[in-house]
Amino acid sequence: MKLSGWIIVTALLLGGCSGDSTESNESESSSEAAATSSGLSEFELEHGVGPVDEVITLESLDPEMVEAGAEVFRTKCSACHKMSERYVGPALGDIFETRSPTFVMNMILNPEGMVKEHPEAKKMLSQFLTPMPNQNLTREQARSIVEYLASENEQ
Amino acid sequence: MNAHILHTLRYLPLAALVLILGACSSQELGSDADAAQQVYVAPGEYDEFYGFMSGGYSGQLSVYGIPSGRHIYTVPVFSQLATNGYGYNEETKAMLETSYGFVPWGDAHHPELSQTDGVPDGRYIFINENNTPRVAKIDLNSFQTTEIIEIPNSGGNHASPFVTQNTEYISAATRFSVPMGDDGERDVAIDSYAENFQGTLSFIKMQDDGSMRLDFQILVPGFDYDLSHAGKGPSHGWSFFTSYNSEQAHTLLEVNASRNDKDYIAAVNWAKAAEYAAQGEGEMVPADYVRNYIDSDHIAKTERYNEVRVLDPTELPGMIYYLPTPKSPHGVDVSPDGELIVAGGKLSTVIPVHSFSKMIEAIENEDYEGEEQGIPVLRYDATLAGEVQNPGLGPLHTEFDGRGNAYTTAFISSEVVKWSLETFEVLDRIDTYYSPGHLMIPGGDSRKPWGKYLVALNKITKDRYLPTGPELFHSAQLIDISGDKMRLLLDFPTEGEPHYAQAIPADLIMDDDMVRFYPLEDNQNPHAITSEDQARVERDGNEVHVYMTTIRTHFAPDNIEGIKMGDTVYFHVTNLEQDWDVPHGFTVRGANTSELLIMPGETRTLVWTPDRVGVAPFYCTDFCSALHQEMQGYIRVSPAGSDVPISFGTGE
Ligand SMILES: [Cu+2]
Repeated sequence: MKLSGWIIVTALLLGGCSGDSTESNESESSSEAAATSSGLSEFELEHGVGPVDEVITLESLDPEMVEAGAEVFRTKCSACHKMSERYVGPALGDIFETRSPTFVMNMILNPEGMVKEHPEAKKMLSQFLTPMPNQNLTREQARSIVEYLASENEQ
Repeated sequence: MNAHILHTLRYLPLAALVLILGACSSQELGSDADAAQQVYVAPGEYDEFYGFMSGGYSGQLSVYGIPSGRHIYTVPVFSQLATNGYGYNEETKAMLETSYGFVPWGDAHHPELSQTDGVPDGRYIFINENNTPRVAKIDLNSFQTTEIIEIPNSGGNHASPFVTQNTEYISAATRFSVPMGDDGERDVAIDSYAENFQGTLSFIKMQDDGSMRLDFQILVPGFDYDLSHAGKGPSHGWSFFTSYNSEQAHTLLEVNASRNDKDYIAAVNWAKAAEYAAQGEGEMVPADYVRNYIDSDHIAKTERYNEVRVLDPTELPGMIYYLPTPKSPHGVDVSPDGELIVAGGKLSTVIPVHSFSKMIEAIENEDYEGEEQGIPVLRYDATLAGEVQNPGLGPLHTEFDGRGNAYTTAFISSEVVKWSLETFEVLDRIDTYYSPGHLMIPGGDSRKPWGKYLVALNKITKDRYLPTGPELFHSAQLIDISGDKMRLLLDFPTEGEPHYAQAIPADLIMDDDMVRFYPLEDNQNPHAITSEDQARVERDGNEVHVYMTTIRTHFAPDNIEGIKMGDTVYFHVTNLEQDWDVPHGFTVRGANTSELLIMPGETRTLVWTPDRVGVAPFYCTDFCSALHQEMQGYIRVSPAGSDVPISFGTGE
């Protein structure tokens, strides 16, 4: 695939603004582009698209952060997510078996962008139908939720 | 006021009638394409100005984009609004409380932006209610009505609410004079008007915390008080009120109140009056009125007052002087430099313009032509700066462009007339369709007009839009005033009957403090719950309280049992969403007020008294997501005395 085709596809996905229609038809005609059209980097494929662009690792848990995360989770997330069962959204008790902590934080902080751009998030939307709402958490709050989920994952 | 003017038509020459009734001359558009381009705001872009139009008899305030003329929103103020439950739900009902009881409607006339140093500052907008005399304050951080204060000793709050240069005071004058005092003093024959009827000019003081208190009222002769504006710059400290019916007629005013050659503009030294009030002068007189306000818990509360300070100008000198002004003046507008006081002599053939500095000189020289019920009347020629000749028929209101020009509406000849503040010569005129009342230039009554556009608020709409039967919205027209010649750009319909309007550059309001949603952690409503695990149903005698949450796309609880006939059910619904523009609605079959519309992070309460046994559905009224139609629940109502226990849940 030509480089220019890549750029157009990426711009289309990221911006949502219309490019020149003949050019976009050209790129759509490339079946190769359709197959790998996410246009995301390796990092983004693994860790999601959003404000968190570093790998967050969970080692020994900070009990204070776990507690803070539990409280934020209770008010902003628990209406839709349970630990052990699918509810409005997916069960989160074993979330880190399939998702990285960074991915979870980006999903919390940039849900609109994720369902627009990330193939995994798009897949989830088609499965659960209710889009994940943006609950306007701070990065620190999202980080504390990851800590809390990790403590739940351990159990 | 319209009726008054319309009724004067019978005295006008036929030519004027033809102007009004027939279609006017050709429209002065540059070209359609030019005009369209000037008002076109591309999708996703914002208008340059926020325009605020009074809703007139709708009792509300509507928000328009300028120049597009797009209706953005309606802020409910004096009337209930089913759209969001304002005035119906438990949190806002108290906003419509008055000393006359619960009043669900109002006649809103004049929006007025708060000012700092004589310039609109984007903090608040005030608006008056004429019929049950009140003044409301709308917070422009949230576009919510947060305070309404009633004006006692008032027969109709028309000349209101006009702010002083730094919003120190908000004034309110009675349109109709009435007998005041105790029951015995108020129960008088109507034809004893001249002897027993009185007017008041009220001054509401803005407190440090932004709340309003009625500081004092000034007793004035029993005329009709029509409009007002505060002074600024050199005239800061003064306010000007027009009055008509100096004849003190009490019947057939269209004839009997038009006899005198001149009526008056009352020049009020409010700074002096405030001094008297602060010194404890005047008299505290009995007066029932209320103040309703919404503070941090988002629940309206009513405070009741039973007296007010009244200052009598015949005992406390230096507060008021009368400026004689030809024939029933209507609007009174102060030039941006604070020097010229322009009257709209609605039955006059000229626009009289008074000079503030000449007025001060005349007061110092005691250049009086007489006295009116103890109030000095200054000599007309001593205060006159000039008269605008040939200003059109029925001049009503004037605004300014900040470049030395004034613009006056002529109701009867249906035009806007531009004239020079220096020469008082008419420079340009443009037809409007039809019969403008007020006009508005963004900041046009302030020290710093943004003089690019003018909006004419027309009273007669016929033939401007597709007909909708006998009822039509009133029409506004946007006029480009940036050049020498005025150019008509756009017609757009407005809600109710806009009287006055105000506008301000959008960037003075769209700041970082603007409320986009309410953080859940700040929700202080005592019935709020902040997570689904707190959702519950509690019985307290015959009252049942349902503490419910909503989030896309379910309620918790969504199955409720154990309600019995004779119960009153309170649904306290908290929206757990934390993103803007995701309200949820709530209603239940048989609800006889309105739905609730609950903003993200907010709690609202609907009271429901079931009137039949069975299972009633409830659902979300706001299309919130793809699964909105699934956003529903059931509440079971059993016969009185049955033993179905309270139970509730979601997903069980
Ligand atoms: Cu909903």
